[in-house]
Amino acid sequence: MAYLVNHPDVVPVLSSRFGKGATAIDKYLELDGYQSARKALEKGADWIIAEMKASNLRGRGGAGFPTGMKWSFVPKQSEKPKYVLVNGDESEPGTCKDRLIFEHDPHSVIEGVIIAGLAINAKMGFIYLRGEYRYLLKIMERAIEEAYAKGFLGKNIFGSGVDFDVVSHTGAGAYEVGEESALMESLEGKRGIPRIRPPFPAVVGLYGGPTVINNAETIATVPHILRMGGVEYAKLGTERNGGTRLFCLSGHVEKPGVYELPMGYNLKKMIYEVGGGIRGGHELKAVVPGGSSTPVLLPNEIDIGMDFDQVGKAGSMLGSGGVVVLDDTVCIVEFALRTMKFYAHESCGWCIPCREGTDWLKKTLTRFHAGGGVSKDIDNIKYLAENMMGRTFCPLGDAAAMPTIAFVKKFRKEFEDHLDGRPCPYAHSKEPALV
Amino acid sequence: MNTASNTIFSPELAARFDKLVTIYPLRRSALVPMLLYAQDEKGYLSEEVIAEVAARVGVTELDVRNVASYYSLLRMHPVGKYHVQVCTNISCMLRGANEVFAHCKKRLGIENKQTTADGLFSLEEVECIGACSWGPAAQVNYDFYENLTPDELDKVLEKYRTNAPPEDK
Repeated sequence: MAYLVNHPDVVPVLSSRFGKGATAIDKYLELDGYQSARKALEKGADWIIAEMKASNLRGRGGAGFPTGMKWSFVPKQSEKPKYVLVNGDESEPGTCKDRLIFEHDPHSVIEGVIIAGLAINAKMGFIYLRGEYRYLLKIMERAIEEAYAKGFLGKNIFGSGVDFDVVSHTGAGAYEVGEESALMESLEGKRGIPRIRPPFPAVVGLYGGPTVINNAETIATVPHILRMGGVEYAKLGTERNGGTRLFCLSGHVEKPGVYELPMGYNLKKMIYEVGGGIRGGHELKAVVPGGSSTPVLLPNEIDIGMDFDQVGKAGSMLGSGGVVVLDDTVCIVEFALRTMKFYAHESCGWCIPCREGTDWLKKTLTRFHAGGGVSKDIDNIKYLAENMMGRTFCPLGDAAAMPTIAFVKKFRKEFEDHLDGRPCPYAHSKEPALV
Repeated sequence: MNTASNTIFSPELAARFDKLVTIYPLRRSALVPMLLYAQDEKGYLSEEVIAEVAARVGVTELDVRNVASYYSLLRMHPVGKYHVQVCTNISCMLRGANEVFAHCKKRLGIENKQTTADGLFSLEEVECIGACSWGPAAQVNYDFYENLTPDELDKVLEKYRTNAPPEDK
C-alpha cells in the first residue's frame, strides 16, 4: 500500500482523508464528503467558477494552467455534449502522487468530476487511469458503484433533477497518453497520437464535444476548495499559486516519500528538513524539481520557493511535483542517457523531430557514456536537443530536449571528463555488467 | 456479438464485454480496456482474441492491431505465468534498480523480454510505474513490490514459485 509521509510542515488538505478509510462512501460522507457537490448544485456554475478562480489553483499535471480559467473557456452553448476528463495516466518519471489519491480518497475524484461537470454543464465524466494501476481501477470502480447506489451519480443526482454519469477507464501503457489530446485519442479507442491545436479541447475535445481535461490531483482538490472557500485555499500558497500540492520526493534523500506541502515551500528545506537530507554522508549534486522533463537545478540554485513562477524564474519548471534528488555518486551522463532512453521509448513517432531526435540522442549518449565519445558530440547533443524544441505537436519533444540541454549546459565538465577518463569516470558505484 | 454467440472468453468476461461496449458514447472507446482484459485472461493477444475483439467493437482486425501495437502493456506473444516488470527509470535507478534488475536476470537465468523454460516467469525492464518515492520497484503481473533489494526480490520470486497468490484478473 502506498502511503503518505508526515512532517510538521505538512498541510493536509488534499490528503486530509488519507489513511482514514475514506474509500468507503459512508466514511467519506462522515468526513464531510459530497458536501461540496451539494453546495455546487445549489449555487450554480458561475459561483463554482468564481470560487475556482479565487483559489488560484493551477493544474497539477505539470503545465500549471489556472483551473478556473480553463473551465471558463468552455462555451456555455454547445450542440455537442460536453465532457469532463480526468487524467490519471500518471507516468512522468519521478511522479507517484495520483496513485495515493486513487488509493486513499477515490470519492474526492468523483466529487471533483461532478463539480467540474456542473461548472461547464456536462453530463458525463471519465476517469482515465494508467493500465499499470489495476488495483486502483478496482478501488475507483467500487467507489463509482457506491456513488451510483447512493444516487450521487446517474439520473437526478442528489435529487436535484440533474443527471451525471461517471465512467472509469484503463489505459494500457503509454506515457504519451498523459498529454491531453493524446489522452482523448486513447479514450476514443485509438493510438495515443496528439491532435493539432487549435481547436483546443475546451471547444472541440472528446467525441468532438467541448471538454475539460484536468489532472487527477487538480480534480481531487476541487471539493476541498469549495469546502474551504477559494480565497481561504489561495491563502495557503503564494501569489498566483494557491493552496498545497503533493510533492513526491525520490532519489538520494534519507526519507523519500510523498508530502503535502504549501505551494511555494522552499526546495532546500524540502530536501534537507522534510526529506531528512542527503543519504548517509553524501553531498548533493543536482535536483530535478518537477519530473524527468524539467531542467536540472544545481545545489546553489535550490534556495527557491516551489511554485510555478519561482521555479520558472530559476530556469526550470515545477512540473508534476516529482522532486528527484541526485547525490555525488551519480554520473550525469548516465542519468541523461536513462532519461533519454525513456523519451525515445515513449515517443509516439508522429512528429519527426521527436521520433528521430530522441532516438539519435539516445544512441549518441549511449556511445558517449560507453567511452566512444568525441569532443564534438557534446555540442551536437545540445544542438540536437535545441532543434527539437517547439517543433512538435505535443510537449513530449520539449520534455526530452529541455533536461538534455540543461545537463550539457550545467555539467559540461562531466561530459568532458568522459573523454579523458573513458569509459565512465564516475562508475564507482555501478553494477559492472550494466556500464 | 453478445454472450449468446460463440466466444473464446469466459462467460464472466464475455458478459463484462457486452456491458463495456455500451457505456461509452462511442463503442470504439471500449477497445483498449477490452484488449487489456482479454490479455489478462488469455495471456496475450492471439489471432483469435484480435478477431473477437474486432467483431465486438465493430472495427477491422487491422484497426485492432494498429491500436494494440501502440500500447506497451499489450503483447502479441505469450509471456510467463508471472510477468516480472522491473522499473529502471531515474528514481528507481538512483536507489539501485540496475542492481535489482541484473540480479533478477541472474536469478531467473533469462535476459530482458525472455521467459523461463518452465514458463513460470518472464522478465521485462519497464519504464516508470509510478512508485518513485518507494523505489526500486517492480510489478509482478499487476502487483506492486517496492523498496526492493536483490534479497527482497528473491523473496518475491520465491513467493510466486512456491505459494503463488491468487491470480489477479
